[in-house]
Amino acid sequence: MELLSNLAIGFDIALSPYTLMLAVIGCFIGTIIGALPGLGPSNGVAILIPLTFTMGLDATSALVLMTSVYYGAMYGGRISSILLNIPGDEPALMTTLDGYPMAKAGRAGDALVLSGVASFVGAFLATIGLMLLAPLLARVAFLFGPAEYFALYLLAFATLGGMASNNQAKAAIASCIGLGISMIGVDNNSGLPRLTGGNMHLFDGIDFLVAIVGLFAIAEVFFFIESHGKNTSIGVKLEKVTIPVKDIIGSGWTMLRSSIVGFIAGVLPGAGASLGSFLAYMSEKSIAGEKGGFGTGVPKGVAAPEAGNNAAAGGALVPMLTLGVPGSGTTAVLLALLMTLNITPGPMLFTERPEVVWGLIASLLIANFVLLLMNVPMVKIFVKILSVPPWVLLPGVTMISFVGIYSLSGSYFDLLLMVAFGVLGYVLRKLDVPTVPVILGILLGGHMEDALRRAMVLSSGDWTFLFSSGISITLWIIAVAGFVAPMFLRNVLKKPQRITD
Amino acid sequence: MTKRLFKALATSAVLGLGATTAATAAECIAPANPGGGWDFTCRQIGKIMYDIGAVDKPVQVTNMAGAGGGLAFTHVVSERGDDADLIIAASSATSTRLAQNAYAGMTADQVRFVGAIGADPGVIVVAADSPYQSLNDLVEDVKANPGEVAFAGGSAVGGFDHLKPLMILQRAGVTDVTAVKYIGVDGGADAITQTVGGFTQAMTGDMSEIVGFLKSGDVRAIAVLTEERVPGFEDIPTAKEQGIDVVAVNWRGLYVPKDISDDDFNMWAERLQKVADSDEWKEAMAANGLAPFTKVGADFQTYVDSVVAEIRALSKEIGVIQ
Repeated sequence: MELLSNLAIGFDIALSPYTLMLAVIGCFIGTIIGALPGLGPSNGVAILIPLTFTMGLDATSALVLMTSVYYGAMYGGRISSILLNIPGDEPALMTTLDGYPMAKAGRAGDALVLSGVASFVGAFLATIGLMLLAPLLARVAFLFGPAEYFALYLLAFATLGGMASNNQAKAAIASCIGLGISMIGVDNNSGLPRLTGGNMHLFDGIDFLVAIVGLFAIAEVFFFIESHGKNTSIGVKLEKVTIPVKDIIGSGWTMLRSSIVGFIAGVLPGAGASLGSFLAYMSEKSIAGEKGGFGTGVPKGVAAPEAGNNAAAGGALVPMLTLGVPGSGTTAVLLALLMTLNITPGPMLFTERPEVVWGLIASLLIANFVLLLMNVPMVKIFVKILSVPPWVLLPGVTMISFVGIYSLSGSYFDLLLMVAFGVLGYVLRKLDVPTVPVILGILLGGHMEDALRRAMVLSSGDWTFLFSSGISITLWIIAVAGFVAPMFLRNVLKKPQRITD
Repeated sequence: MTKRLFKALATSAVLGLGATTAATAAECIAPANPGGGWDFTCRQIGKIMYDIGAVDKPVQVTNMAGAGGGLAFTHVVSERGDDADLIIAASSATSTRLAQNAYAGMTADQVRFVGAIGADPGVIVVAADSPYQSLNDLVEDVKANPGEVAFAGGSAVGGFDHLKPLMILQRAGVTDVTAVKYIGVDGGADAITQTVGGFTQAMTGDMSEIVGFLKSGDVRAIAVLTEERVPGFEDIPTAKEQGIDVVAVNWRGLYVPKDISDDDFNMWAERLQKVADSDEWKEAMAANGLAPFTKVGADFQTYVDSVVAEIRALSKEIGVIQ
């Protein structure tokens, strides 16, 4: 009952025409920001914060606007993943794996609608989870120490090898390149710079957005130049958009499972949305097995990461609101916004400022429905921005990439680095080495190392500390099983498959 | 076709404008990613300056993360040396890194420190169910089992949060302070979750980082590192009254480029003073656990110089730098 009365307070605030309008505007801007490569949700929200001050918004309205932008960006990230094979933001990385092949096979519309629905399911379930479980789930963060986080990241990397279906060795090499790149920067545990060549720009390591935009968008430009504008993979035709009812129903369970996986990953402060979509994709891939055809453009491969990353976005709000620990880059920006508005997130937020929390939750629910409407029937509007011919689109994408990356740190060094990553991406693609594991290596490698190093400091170098809790042992078992199982299961699974086919 | 092209261009132009600064508005560089203390300083001070009419356009905040503030420092010194419309967020972390020569040879006199208008008192915190009831309980345990006690804090090894327990232990007569374990995690709240979770025995941080957790009863503060008890938190004893004379506050302030005119410098000092005197700032301080700490203009420059010298001597003594 208390929940209902709280929700009533929330909807009372969120349903005023003004707030509703802010939610719609936020969703629209967010979707565009998400769809543009280089401008991830965290940049987008950071750039828009001053807007809330100039508009003179009160705390709740500002929060509604910014979270709408946040959710919108999570939805929008998939659009350029599917249509351009360039992830709009880092969690949308996994959506390129099946979304783009599906679009190339002439099913771009189906992929967009399906991923829109999957995003809705993920975000909706996560918001419900946030509403019902937030104060309880906050306690989960207390159970995760360095050893547990290390095992969690290990689990992610153990399943990485099976990601590129054509050649596992190349996927492994790619992830090693990523891990190597993640070593660059000041070592957190000794304060000494590593692999920086004395260059101060590298002290904080390499921002993965620079790597993503370089490896995907800039590399694409190089291919375009090489082929003199012919044979470019960019510019998938989007014909009529219909609702692929069969695919949506067919991936119902996938969406549900992925939402749960994503939400849990989001709740853990050290993990975040990228890990959420990755784990969701990999677990669905292993459930589907060889027959599932993940990586070739199957609907489930689109639904899984989208449900996963949107659920993780909702999950990441749990530690942000209840502990003040941001679970992802974007929630860190939202945290900044809250503190500027004199709201200190933490264990007391739910009791001290119920109107803020429940107003936020109610507006998230509203934003979700707005986004579903915006992204399914109106998907063509967003696509039009991206469906101009390649000779116009590519320079545009390049320009936006440069602006977006420059806004990260305001230094031209990142621009040079981005071009260098473009060259690397070009070379890797020529050698048929997948680029997604490179990014995941950069994205997760640093966190994994930090966790290991902290564990070693706390245990004075005793490695048995890594297996000292039930949670870490469980994660280790899943990781080892996830790594070894595909090797044996492959032979077992293939034979019956031939018979049934 | 042309229509689409214009749409695409217009979209990117709008976004481009959002990312760059309007020509004449003042700019505040937060030398870190959004969400931290420097970002708070820029956004809060910038917002209040605009709200009370000290500046006539909203202050544009630029996040320039890198090298713990070193990137922004270098950028200001080498490229924006005479930009009178520029302010940069600073704190004790800035002076600590300058003292430890962590900005690759840059020194404190290459910019002008214009003022601080609040300070975050240093605190030592333990989980609610911890056996330590006072700072001395903790210190005694460290003396008895040096390798058994671990601290978590929001700054990297050698940073300000790490120095606080080292200073306390050193003043309390612990000979080998380097045997004390410290893990640097991503911010104070994260350090608290590690401590409440029992992975570390104590958390070292700032008052603002622990306010919510104090109220919820998850943690107990066993010492605050100020001269006097902090208003609003009168039940937290100072380290000084427990016999360990350590004062460590994390001031929040600004520096400006070195080569701006004295008039411009004084103008910023004045604006900052206006913010310090405003009710909005008092409210913001109360909500975020900041204590009043106003030093503006030349007075502040002297303060920073003395702090830098002090931390340099201390870091050498403790062995953080050679």
